[in-house]
Amino acid sequence: MNTLWEFLSMSDANVRFVTIGSILLAASSAVVGCFTVLRKRALVGDAVAHAVLPGVCLAFMLTGEKNPLVLLLGSFLTGWLSLVIIDAITAHSRIKEDTAIGLVLSVFFGIGILLLTAIQHSGNEKQSGLDKFLFGSAAALVGQDLITFGAVAVLLLLSVLLLYKEFKLISFDMAYARTIGLPVRGLELLLTTLTVLAVVVGIQSVGVVLMSAMLITPAAAARFWTDRLGVMIFIAAAMSAFCGAAGAYVSFTAPAMPTGPWIVMLLSLLAIFSFIMAPKKGLLARYLLQRRLRNQMTRENILKTLFLLGETKEEFGHSYSRQQIMERRKLPLLRMQGGLKALCRQNLVKKDSAGWALTDAGRKEAQRVVRLHRLWELYLTQYLQVASDHVHEDAESIEHVLTPELEKRLEELLNYPTTDPHQTIIPQQP
Amino acid sequence: MIQHVTEPVLEVHDVTVSYQRKPVLWDVDLTLPSQALVGIIGPNGAGKSTLIKAIMGLLPLNSGYVELFGKSLKEVRHRVSYVPQRESVDWDFPASALDVAMMGTYGQLGLFKRPGARERKLAMEALEKVGMQDYANRQISQLSGGQQQRVFLSRALAQDADLYLMDEPFAGVDIATETAIIELLRQMRETGKTVVVVHHDLQSAQDYFDWTILLNMRLVASGPTHETLTPDLLEKTYGGRLTELSKVSELLHKKNFPIRETKPVRK
Repeated sequence: MNTLWEFLSMSDANVRFVTIGSILLAASSAVVGCFTVLRKRALVGDAVAHAVLPGVCLAFMLTGEKNPLVLLLGSFLTGWLSLVIIDAITAHSRIKEDTAIGLVLSVFFGIGILLLTAIQHSGNEKQSGLDKFLFGSAAALVGQDLITFGAVAVLLLLSVLLLYKEFKLISFDMAYARTIGLPVRGLELLLTTLTVLAVVVGIQSVGVVLMSAMLITPAAAARFWTDRLGVMIFIAAAMSAFCGAAGAYVSFTAPAMPTGPWIVMLLSLLAIFSFIMAPKKGLLARYLLQRRLRNQMTRENILKTLFLLGETKEEFGHSYSRQQIMERRKLPLLRMQGGLKALCRQNLVKKDSAGWALTDAGRKEAQRVVRLHRLWELYLTQYLQVASDHVHEDAESIEHVLTPELEKRLEELLNYPTTDPHQTIIPQQP
Repeated sequence: MIQHVTEPVLEVHDVTVSYQRKPVLWDVDLTLPSQALVGIIGPNGAGKSTLIKAIMGLLPLNSGYVELFGKSLKEVRHRVSYVPQRESVDWDFPASALDVAMMGTYGQLGLFKRPGARERKLAMEALEKVGMQDYANRQISQLSGGQQQRVFLSRALAQDADLYLMDEPFAGVDIATETAIIELLRQMRETGKTVVVVHHDLQSAQDYFDWTILLNMRLVASGPTHETLTPDLLEKTYGGRLTELSKVSELLHKKNFPIRETKPVRK
């Protein structure tokens, strides 16, 4: 607990720098990642992330030191090269894009690992810490590194801020963007460059192996919470910033621990939470909606059954026991019990010693469902030429979805009918 | 039957277009009058969409040139508006109907500038014209096919151009929407605009268009509708491809031949 407090108080200047740096890097890659995901280039982002490694190693081998600017330049170059090669392979050969991405990713990463091993065995003392690029280490973000990488991150955020509407349009409809005269090729090039830059600065805290998660996961998670691009970008950035700060904390308390996996694990948890809990689009919301609909169908079916029983007796106030209802319509017992209880609460059904009976309001509701059922049956026989003995099943489910507008339209189409295809009376609107 | 006009709104001069070295349009040469509702008609794979994409500069030309209002596309871009096929984009994109309509103003706005109240008003007006004002804030994936089509139309309207090129604006649209759209296009024609529409229902083509282009890998006819929609010309358009043309296309593709020896000269 003490360490958390120490971390949160930010009294240590080092902690301050590392945290601010991590937040900045994480947020900027999430912002750029939103466009990567919307343009369906998530896999390309992964390839770039891996292709950065040989650049880092080559830059170190050529200069013999870990100058952040030089490393940044080297990784930027190989990252870019990998993209050019992917595009070239896709354009000039029969190989499809996914295969080209797979090829480029593994070749570049392979070369990177080869070079890294060579450097480690070269005996150059300055090389220590270079392997941090594999899994990341937020704690290494100090001094010159922080300034360089932080500046790039700010540059990324500014570019997106300035060209927001252009990036939005080319992500949505590239052809249209070209026809209104936007410099689409230039913008695409810039967006790709931004992606590469996001990767290059992000590897400091996460490392090349897991970098693509920093691009893709926040965007995918944020998409669940909103239908607005601006809001989506903001949520993605916020989630990522939080995880970046957490990564810095891990790096601070356990310096031996690789930061990347921690950040990515946290991000993944946030993403899973979003998939499940997000309103409307989340799994839970969808499940609850399903359940609500099912319960509504059960209740309407019970009302309908009571109504049909009443119809045969020509008297609707009579009470029926559970058995009697079950005889008329088979329903799972538990569900029926729940349904009856809910109907009682809504005052649509009342309970007495003999069983359950429709109230006045209940009868009206039942009448509405039966009416929709019979209208739909009639519509099917008249407009779809379905045989009258085949229409019942269909109407059983459609009766629950028909809206008052559709009901009105059906009535007009069928010329205000009074009987259904089985010559049963269609109850009129109360 | 290829009728030319003087002072055309659009001139397609001897244009050949290919996909992956396979010519799909051969030597198309036509001119269109101003203030007309023009239909491009032909069977599947006839190159209807290809033609308007080529006009909009979305596909490279193997030969020939396109002139709009007597100028190159670059000079008059703001006077031309394009409505792509509805399926060409992912409607799950996080945007509202208003967002999409607003994209029509981006061209005028220029780089870096953010759309403001003026652009919002223009987009709202465009949505009203297609009867979508009540759906302005709806996420686009929640709209029906016909509504999405209308949103695309409103984006083009927000551009306020003089020539509109529309790729199958009636595809997947119910009859009420289709009538509303064609009524709108007629109004646009009355205010002096020219509207070119890719269409594939012959029956309605007769009443909709006053100029018709018949296409099947080559230009079969271009002229006033009553002169082009004749049994004879329709037979030529729909009576199968010209086998020789398909065979030569196939050869060019297989042997990797250049389609023209020289690149087209920019006029």
